[in-house]
Amino acid sequence: MDTTKLSEQFQQKIDEDIKIEPQDWMPDEYRKTLIRQISQHAHSEVVGMLPEGNWITRAPSLRRKAILLAKVQDEAGHGLYLYAAGETLGITRDEMYQQLHSGKAKYSSIFNYPTLTWADMGAIGWLVDGAAIMNQVPLSRCSYGPYARAMVRVCKEESFHQRQGFEILLTLSKGNAAQRKMCQDAINRWWWPSLMMFGPSDNNSPHTAQSMQWKIKRFTNDELRQKFVDVCAEQVKFLGMTLPDKDLKWNEAKQHYDFGAINWDEFWNVVKGNGPCNKERLATRVQAWENGAWVREAALAYEDKKAARQYRYNTTQAESKMPAG
Amino acid sequence: MESDTIVMNETAITDALIDCTLQLADDSLIMGHRCSEWCGHGPVLEQDIALTNIALDYVGQSRNLYQYAALLLEQLPKEKALSLVDFDIIPEHITEDSLAYLRDVGAFKNHLLFEQPNGDWAQTILKIFFFSVYRFYLFQQLQNNADERLAAIAEKSVKEVTYHLKWSSEWVIRLGDGTDESKFRMLQAIDALWPFVGELFEPAGYETLCYYSDMLTFERLRSDWLNKINQIFETATLPPQSIGRWHQTGGKNGYHSEHLGYILAEMQFLQRTFPNAIW
Amino acid sequence: MLQLIKKYYYGDYGEIEGGAAPAPGSNSREWPLWEVFIRSKQGLDHKHVGSLHAADAAMAIENARDVYTRRMEGVSIWVVESKYIHASNPDESDALYDPANDKIYRHPTFYQLPDELKYM
Repeated sequence: MDTTKLSEQFQQKIDEDIKIEPQDWMPDEYRKTLIRQISQHAHSEVVGMLPEGNWITRAPSLRRKAILLAKVQDEAGHGLYLYAAGETLGITRDEMYQQLHSGKAKYSSIFNYPTLTWADMGAIGWLVDGAAIMNQVPLSRCSYGPYARAMVRVCKEESFHQRQGFEILLTLSKGNAAQRKMCQDAINRWWWPSLMMFGPSDNNSPHTAQSMQWKIKRFTNDELRQKFVDVCAEQVKFLGMTLPDKDLKWNEAKQHYDFGAINWDEFWNVVKGNGPCNKERLATRVQAWENGAWVREAALAYEDKKAARQYRYNTTQAESKMPAG
Repeated sequence: MESDTIVMNETAITDALIDCTLQLADDSLIMGHRCSEWCGHGPVLEQDIALTNIALDYVGQSRNLYQYAALLLEQLPKEKALSLVDFDIIPEHITEDSLAYLRDVGAFKNHLLFEQPNGDWAQTILKIFFFSVYRFYLFQQLQNNADERLAAIAEKSVKEVTYHLKWSSEWVIRLGDGTDESKFRMLQAIDALWPFVGELFEPAGYETLCYYSDMLTFERLRSDWLNKINQIFETATLPPQSIGRWHQTGGKNGYHSEHLGYILAEMQFLQRTFPNAIW
Repeated sequence: MLQLIKKYYYGDYGEIEGGAAPAPGSNSREWPLWEVFIRSKQGLDHKHVGSLHAADAAMAIENARDVYTRRMEGVSIWVVESKYIHASNPDESDALYDPANDKIYRHPTFYQLPDELKYM
């Protein structure tokens, strides 16, 4: 069958909402796009463990410590689901790691910002995980089966993350003056980077059309961003705090909140590696990987020895059963 | 006259029970703290998750134990309770958190072994292995303790510990019988940690009192522990060990290595910066 | 600036231009990939839930427990090294599955029986 025909059949499946599975024919671009997106998503989960992991040993109560540990562990699990989904497309996890470690592959820029106070654990849960959920829920209906299934799992687990974050902020907002200040400060620092998580605005996104057609993506960046702003502008009232945007205002005609201009210069600089923590995040990942090399080798070496012993044992058994003479 | 003696003994046993519970809680918390330092830095994603799971179990155990200690303390007149626990910020109420966050180094009763730095993966694995074997036999005996709640906590924890024991034994074997490098690192880990194992089997006064009723003997604990260690070491092609008479000691009675101060400085700073705040 | 604007999905910021050279090809083998099947409760089939990497079967089962049953999702775990899974070829799916389309007699509702007949 020629490629044109296959492409048509492929698009027809997509249009009929039939999932694409690993062994099905798919256009090279579709595969490449998915590998890039899934691996970057996986990297984001794994690098995302670091800013929060930073506070596990300093969590202010045993309950918070246990919750934070469980949450960061979930992120490792999400990374694992996503790497596994990526592997169905014909790339190994080691190859994906190599791309991350060499700086070729990217991860969500939000994790290049520092976590400075305990309130940041709250702000990350509420805003960063909130933005992630807004993005991920539509992804759980994406056209590629393994990715969609991984996202279903992720979304199911993610809702506890956002709730625990909001609870941290809510507790701080009812606390002493220092705690309330900490709370507002964290919101101030995380608000704009969270809005940037949705990516560049639609009129700068010529490729959105293609991934919408492939149903990898189901809403545009700006649509999701607007939804997020609308939700947060209401939620922040429960905290008695404010979002750091003087232009934020309800627009009766549009039935949406208007909000101020995003600093895209900052966004692209952080993407390019000039954010506050890009270098240390990557260095930490590389170091963990390199320090683990001997461990990974040892486990394989042991497995090889065990297999060889088993083989020798089987051979001797077989020989001893052979009729004599 | 005779009944007075009995009352005194019961008080002494309650005091010992509180100390014992705190001792167990401190071991769990400090192990949980050390293991949680690995979160995000493991040698492979799956093992990162596994180790974090274990850290979570330890933190969970410490919470159960601190909650029980807090309950016992809250039942006492406040003055009496405060005389038993050396808080350096006096809490409004004694809770799991005030016990974990408002005591300083001298009040912590964990073994020296568990506050030692993580080192590499070999040293961390070995420490978890030592701890798991110790806890496995200790909790098996503790399940019969006269104190029902302590026995119940032991019973719940023994399931988790059984898994930690399996997981860490397998890793000891893999590393011992893996590559030349992994074996070398295991031998180094044994060298680093062995001076601290003797303390596990040297009962503090409160342990002798508290464990007296269930005939828990530290000699038996020690021989069970050592047999298991050497059995796994043999499979792992690591040299057999024995417990000599000289070892580092003091943690159980509040005399620690320099490492614990750093752990607590990190762990407790928020609670100490904002005393009595709610988090 | 504009060259950078290439790709716009969540978590996707394009590949960085002029990033560091590719990592030196590592010769080390990767831990094998395993497929995980979980029985969520007694009486149900084991269902494929995902994959993971492990050096051996014991490790794979332990990891599966940690990764896929963190929220009490299972009572039994199977793992099998992915390389041992043989799959049907999707290009042959017409030959494999279409013939079943007209064999509706395999389905119990094909048979019209009196309503009074019970327990069948």
